[in-house]
Amino acid sequence: MSEALLTLAGVHTHIGRYHILQGVDLEVPRGQLTVLLGRNGAGKTTTLRTIMGLWRATQGEVNFAGRNVAALPTPDIARLGIAYVPENMGIFSDLTVRENLTLAARSGAPDAARLDRILRLFPALKKFWTLPAGALSGGQKQMLSVARAIVEPRQLLLVDEPTKGLAPAIVAGMIDVFRELKRDEATILLVEQNFQFARALADTAAVMDDGRIVHAGAMADLAADEALQQRLLGLALVTH
Amino acid sequence: MPSRGAKGDMLTRVLSGDPPGDRSLTVLLLVVAAGLLLAPFILPGVRTLNVAANICVFVVLVASYDLLLGYTGIVSFAHTMFFGLGGYGVAIALTKLGPGWGAVLLGAAAALIASVVLALLIGLFSLRVKAIFFAMITLAVASAFAILASQLSWLTGGEDGLTYQVPRLLQRGFRPFGEEGIGAVITGRTIAYYVVFFAAAALFLFLLRVVNSPFGRVLLSIRENAFRAEALGYRTVIYRTVANCIAAAVATLAGALLALWLGYNGPDTTLSFNIMIDVLLMVVIGGMGTLYGAVLGATVLIVAQNYLQDLMRTLSTAAAGVPLLANLVQPDRWLLWLGILFILSVYFFPFGIVGRLRMRRRHLSP
Amino acid sequence: MTTQTAHAPASENGNGRAALPRRDPWPLLLAPVLALAALPLIADPQTWATLTIAGLAMGMMIFLMASGLTLVFGLMDVLNFGHGAFISVGAFMATVVLGKLAVWSGAPEIVPNIAALLAAIAVAALVAGLLGWLFERVIIAPVYGQHLKQILVTMGGLIVAEQLLRVFFGPDQIPLARPAAFKGAFIIGAVAIEKYRIVAVVLGLIVFAAMQAVLRGSRLGLLIRAGVENREMVESLGYRIRRIFVLVFAAGSALAGLGGAMWGLYQETVTAGMGMEMMVSIFIVIIIGGLGSVGGCFLAALLVGLTANYAGFLAPKLALGCNILLMALILLWRPQGLYAVARREG
Repeated sequence: MSEALLTLAGVHTHIGRYHILQGVDLEVPRGQLTVLLGRNGAGKTTTLRTIMGLWRATQGEVNFAGRNVAALPTPDIARLGIAYVPENMGIFSDLTVRENLTLAARSGAPDAARLDRILRLFPALKKFWTLPAGALSGGQKQMLSVARAIVEPRQLLLVDEPTKGLAPAIVAGMIDVFRELKRDEATILLVEQNFQFARALADTAAVMDDGRIVHAGAMADLAADEALQQRLLGLALVTH
Repeated sequence: MPSRGAKGDMLTRVLSGDPPGDRSLTVLLLVVAAGLLLAPFILPGVRTLNVAANICVFVVLVASYDLLLGYTGIVSFAHTMFFGLGGYGVAIALTKLGPGWGAVLLGAAAALIASVVLALLIGLFSLRVKAIFFAMITLAVASAFAILASQLSWLTGGEDGLTYQVPRLLQRGFRPFGEEGIGAVITGRTIAYYVVFFAAAALFLFLLRVVNSPFGRVLLSIRENAFRAEALGYRTVIYRTVANCIAAAVATLAGALLALWLGYNGPDTTLSFNIMIDVLLMVVIGGMGTLYGAVLGATVLIVAQNYLQDLMRTLSTAAAGVPLLANLVQPDRWLLWLGILFILSVYFFPFGIVGRLRMRRRHLSP
Repeated sequence: MTTQTAHAPASENGNGRAALPRRDPWPLLLAPVLALAALPLIADPQTWATLTIAGLAMGMMIFLMASGLTLVFGLMDVLNFGHGAFISVGAFMATVVLGKLAVWSGAPEIVPNIAALLAAIAVAALVAGLLGWLFERVIIAPVYGQHLKQILVTMGGLIVAEQLLRVFFGPDQIPLARPAAFKGAFIIGAVAIEKYRIVAVVLGLIVFAAMQAVLRGSRLGLLIRAGVENREMVESLGYRIRRIFVLVFAAGSALAGLGGAMWGLYQETVTAGMGMEMMVSIFIVIIIGGLGSVGGCFLAALLVGLTANYAGFLAPKLALGCNILLMALILLWRPQGLYAVARREG
């Protein structure tokens, strides 16, 4: 098991009156894809947002590359090399596809080689290059959101439900994209409800319930144990 | 929330179960209430009685605004419009129909109806939008109304306003007890004052009842949400519209009272933006969401407005040698200092005088 | 005659040439339609021409005053009721500068006149911008995120600013004379076109073009446009948007100061309360235009300027009412304003 790039220790997050995260302990190993599973309302998105600093942890530590980032402002956290692909994609509809990517490239302009590769992975983006991103379909917006996260090298990718609402064919395409990202030894923390997607990609799996991690281990083990899946996720592994 | 005071059951019922909640606050309120009650006897002079009557009227006006701002969480700049409607309603009626009580009631009733309808329209149209939109729209509507009032001279007397006779009972010349002894003190003006005082007290207690009713509690919970959420449900619109209507109605009656007291009404008496600012100052300095804040805020500000300027005049003469300093304390610049006080209040005393005093009590008790 | 240039948000295609508005062009028709509709009502073409140019000039100045406010609101959800203070300050600065440069202003040659004008508006913008920066740091930053307090505190700031202007400049009106070359009017045919109004229109167009250039063509503009849509995402991409906000706020205040100086010269008189007087019209403009949209603000300002002048001629008592009616009608058509900015949900 490789060392952890990101560690959460005893993280609590309150939103208004609600105590969403109730002591989250999570390790995200470097160079691997860790999937965070769980029902709606378990706190998965809140976990990602807390890591990103969009919501403040009221207790606990968020350690990234050996440094506690729990109190840092979001831009500073991003500059440490963390990219965030949010659940609602966060696309700037008024800006063109090109402008969206330019903005994501903090150095000023996307590196040519990386850009080529992005356009190869997501050919649709080329077609809409100078059109406002608001004109893209749901699946294309999702692609743009992921593309933004990889337009420059990042140490950690936080991805929130990239397959939500997408057609199965597009989901299959996403699997290929993420497989290629994994080949680059990027560290990815993926929140997903689609177990198929998770099983195809994840090395490590963590399951969340009621604001806590209730299971963590190798994905292969979880995939092999139907009873465990049933207990944790309320579903058996069914191939669609 | 104020705790149940250990006063008589009767008094608590009158105050709708919402006593001041702090000893110093209660004392202050009693002083103000006593002062207002006995004003014609303990504060001789036309000017002081006028100040007292103004305080009574503005307590009601500000309390109705507190219903809107403090309890429902709506920022509206149109409140003076309703105030003006009440004032003009009575003024126009008394001007056109002569100095009779029928005219007064007719004018007030007509103004009430107009106000409620207007409040309804504004509410249903604008309360669906974000708070900031609403604030801007009310500003625009109030400005348009003020301009309209000064333009329709045939009806409203234009810039000069309307001067008229009030019913005989309230006139200065009316002497129910003759000219001697107590008759020298009690005149029609005294009666007019007590009409204003008791009507104001009744309206204030009415508002206290409204905010402590189930309806009022729903308003408070809506206020909690409104400041966070962007999307509001349909039912919320109804509650806020009703609150808007109640506040507008009470403001209208306050305006009617003022018109009755002054025997005059013009754009500057009720409609000017300065009055809106005054109301804002009073409700913030006194304490939002408490209703009692309106009493303290109105008293502090009106007394300040009337007597601060005298103080500033003295200071200004003393500082005549230093031009900038003299300008700063010139009596016309009282709004500068009140404005600074206002800003400081928002930052450091967000709950106003009342809030400050109540918080102190919580600190004292374990 | 009148020019109705379509200065709507344009996009770039790969060659960098400005393409036609990719969104609906319908709002662009509003101003020409309004102008044409007013023609039969006014009957006399010369009067119509004068009013239309006056309306455009007024619209440009209102645009200058309002553009900063809409961007600030769009970007950071801050509604600055104190915006009027910068307008008044700008106007007073113009009186000071033109007072000191009276020789240039009074000279018969056009060059010193233009120099005087440019100096006046530059100083107005600078001082107002500086004041805006202070205002943001001292008054607004502490109540950031609390809408109610913002409204109250900025309103208080406006009152205090207006009073301070009275302290420093006295309570009375101050006359503000236009530089010699900009007094009077051109006579074209039977139409008298005030020279200053042309200046106002030209200046307004230059500022608008400059704003669009920055917003569409620079990285800063990119950040601002993205920030107006989704602040969180911009921060998640690693940008400290707070700093951008302060910059935008100061720039918006500077624009207000510029607008105030121009407006003071238009009225030829300056009072401490003039900023507050404009606030109602400014609010109407930014609501009609769509909070956060500079292009929308531009169109809306022209509409409001035209309406104010047409109504001022046809039914002077109802002038403000007509603008409110305009606002109501447009909101019925487009509840978010002419060019609503796509905002994030929640």
